[in-house]
Amino acid sequence: MGIKRRAFLIGGAALAGGGIFALQYGDYAARRDALALTRSQKAGSFTGWLRIGEDSRVTIFTPHVDMGTGSATALAQMAADELDADWDQIIVEQAPVEPGFANAWLAKALLSDPAMGSAKLAMLPDSIFSALARSVAHQITGGSSAVRGTGQYGFRVLAAAARQSLVEEAAERLGVPANELTTTKGMVTHNGSSKSLRYGDLAKGAATRKLADRPKLKATGELTLIGKSVPRIDIPAKVDGSVKYGIDVSLPSMRVATVMAAPVRGGKLESVDPAPAMAIKGVEKVVKLEDAVAVIATGYWPALKGLRALSPQFSDGGNGAVSSATIFAEQDKLANDGAAAPDANLGKLIAASYRTPYLHHAPMETFALTALFKDGKLEVWGGLQDPLGTRHAIASAAGISLSDVTFHSMPLGGGFGRKLPGQIEIIGQAVTLAMQSPWPVKVIWPREEEFAQGTYRPQSATTIRAVLDANGRIAAWHAAFAQASGLGVGGSFPYEVPSLERKHTKQASHIITGSWRSVEASQHGFYNESFMDELAHEAGVDPLEFRKRHLKPGSRAITVLDAAAKASGWGTPLPQGTGRGIAVVECFGTVCAHVVQASVREDGYPKVEKVWAAVDCGQVVNPRNAEAQVMGAIVMGLSAAIHEEITIEKGAVRQASFPDYPLLSLAETPDIAIEFVPSSAPVGGLGEPGLPPIAPALANALFAATGRRIRQLPIKTQASHG
Amino acid sequence: MAIGLKVNGKLVSLEAEPDTPLLWALREELGLTGTKFGCGIAACGACSVHLDGKIVRSCGVPVGDAAGKAVTTIEGLKSADGKLHSVQQAWIDAQVPQCGYCQSGQIMAAVALINEVGRPSTAQIDAAMTNLCRCGTYPRIREAILAATGLAATDQPAGGPSAKGAA
Repeated sequence: MGIKRRAFLIGGAALAGGGIFALQYGDYAARRDALALTRSQKAGSFTGWLRIGEDSRVTIFTPHVDMGTGSATALAQMAADELDADWDQIIVEQAPVEPGFANAWLAKALLSDPAMGSAKLAMLPDSIFSALARSVAHQITGGSSAVRGTGQYGFRVLAAAARQSLVEEAAERLGVPANELTTTKGMVTHNGSSKSLRYGDLAKGAATRKLADRPKLKATGELTLIGKSVPRIDIPAKVDGSVKYGIDVSLPSMRVATVMAAPVRGGKLESVDPAPAMAIKGVEKVVKLEDAVAVIATGYWPALKGLRALSPQFSDGGNGAVSSATIFAEQDKLANDGAAAPDANLGKLIAASYRTPYLHHAPMETFALTALFKDGKLEVWGGLQDPLGTRHAIASAAGISLSDVTFHSMPLGGGFGRKLPGQIEIIGQAVTLAMQSPWPVKVIWPREEEFAQGTYRPQSATTIRAVLDANGRIAAWHAAFAQASGLGVGGSFPYEVPSLERKHTKQASHIITGSWRSVEASQHGFYNESFMDELAHEAGVDPLEFRKRHLKPGSRAITVLDAAAKASGWGTPLPQGTGRGIAVVECFGTVCAHVVQASVREDGYPKVEKVWAAVDCGQVVNPRNAEAQVMGAIVMGLSAAIHEEITIEKGAVRQASFPDYPLLSLAETPDIAIEFVPSSAPVGGLGEPGLPPIAPALANALFAATGRRIRQLPIKTQASHG
Repeated sequence: MAIGLKVNGKLVSLEAEPDTPLLWALREELGLTGTKFGCGIAACGACSVHLDGKIVRSCGVPVGDAAGKAVTTIEGLKSADGKLHSVQQAWIDAQVPQCGYCQSGQIMAAVALINEVGRPSTAQIDAAMTNLCRCGTYPRIREAILAATGLAATDQPAGGPSAKGAA
């Protein structure tokens, strides 16, 4: 999922520091530490990240958490393929939560993505990079980076180098030239004599050899596992209830706590009478935190009953007058005044303003973290998107050294950006409660707390002014947008326009925002692709054709647009009241075009009849799981486009739980057909890029069906739009 | 007070306040953590289990009301010899889960639906499968239920009559 700016800069520094970290095994300190952490007497270890046992079992240590994207399987495929390992002998383990296993490959993936603003990074002086590089310590699962970063730059390269070492070792033992040896299924075989050696026999010797700096990766035609729909290794434990998430932790004498923080961000706890909670059977303790109150009990239910019995008084930090409307009013003004008006002499001036709301991530597992404080040391269990960053945050919150903190990283019941570092209050809460308790304490956030204390996708507004020339081409596109945070680049813009201006004005409020699946591409995909549709209709040109006229011939965007259009029967007649819409967005190195066919239900809500998606993500590692990622992104994007909206009233979030923040249901989910186009582009991400085009494709389809233009999300009912 | 009920075919006695939601009794008293907490107000379905064969959202059922009844959880779906229920197998075959957190509830809902109507139509699936999934696995849930029907009717889960129940 998305990356916060802070983490991105730190990650960027890792690569900029003279390329030392570009491949982890080039960094000798990290390699030494990683080796020490995963070394085994009965195995050969390659940089610490890859280990081959005497039993020929191959273990890779992934720095990514399991939050549902299936990256463990994909990374195993990439490593096993380059290694020519036996797939049945591959084991994936979570990398130790140690600095030696900080993930520098992610940085490389992000830096290779121009939409993330790498040009801006390059302008910073080296001294800043150098200082930041020394503090690099992340294992982020985010930025759609596992396969395109850790897999492509990490495990493929490392496994290819390890295979080369195994071959060299075998050549020496057999006394034959290396080029007469072949590798397959965990064996090195001599072509002439048919003599063979198992990887397990060679591993320890091979691991003492110098790894090749730039091993040759397999050509596409040589791949045996990459490109195959291997079943996901995490799935069996997810159908029998045996997988343990952070919320499932249980320790001897453990207590359970729950919390309520100031409903208005920035507020403090002013007073609370603990007596009503203490009167409830099972309640052990009421703890006053600076901005929250916590109840510790023998279980979640008494803790919750205790919390509900309290009448805490919170201040509002001076933010009690803020509402969605006041924020939009400021944003509308900034958006309207933000960009220079284009030269109206160029042709016909067309302008429109759009808005998107705050969005909540709503992972199905609410925050849950268990902490045990004993002998000055903290041991913590939970599922968050950056285990190493979490360990640092724990040490910092506790005021103890990193070496006195152990963090047990567990699978996540969804993340979508909410569980990225930066604003994870439960870390401080769990640490504080555990440090004043004789028992381990598991803190669980009620769903209502999860809604109230989010790091929402920023509410945002834009005004776009464009000029269409006499030939129906866009002569100028001047956009200004206002939102609280983000990189300020507004996602990628694929169209060739002579006068292009896209300006971000930061509009700060007390509402905390963060990365929400696909980050800025989701709002700006809606803005840009809706407005392109408006311009196409103004120009009297088919929206597909209009887009193609403004794209570079032969571009990836044209390929996916044509593929999605063809699959959908674009241009063929539809019944009255039904329309098709198209949109294309690139993010995280992947280009997606979606066509939506939609009509309007009797109750005014959109009826999404079918979605066709065409995706260019370069090489597809696991087609079935790749399809699942795009499908999930489309469902989440439809959910947001139709239903989702966090609104602020009197400084606080109004929505309390799912009844007033509905998610798309199974019944509302359309048929979704996904095609991956053949591509020689570098490997792109897949966790996020399927999301951004769906909102504009739906809004454009509804315009085609009804003639009503949707300029504000969520769509909800047609009656909501003029 | 002690509350007796049958969970996954075994009689258990719980020391719990009767207003404790069945969800928390299962998770914290019996260690059956396959049943998940999602919202606490019976809106998301992550906590779905079978109570005397009927699908219920266990966060909204006080354990006192479950006294003397039979509960089947995700842990009780496998047969005595450890073989997966055909719906669980269909879930693997269709590669349904992503993060997996809602899937215990989804599977329990699907088993209840199949037990009740045999071979549900797409419309029946749409009407019955109201559990939320944030990862967006809905299309594969539909696929897995359609694939499982015809097999599921003959399966007898370890939970005994409670899972088969009032079909």
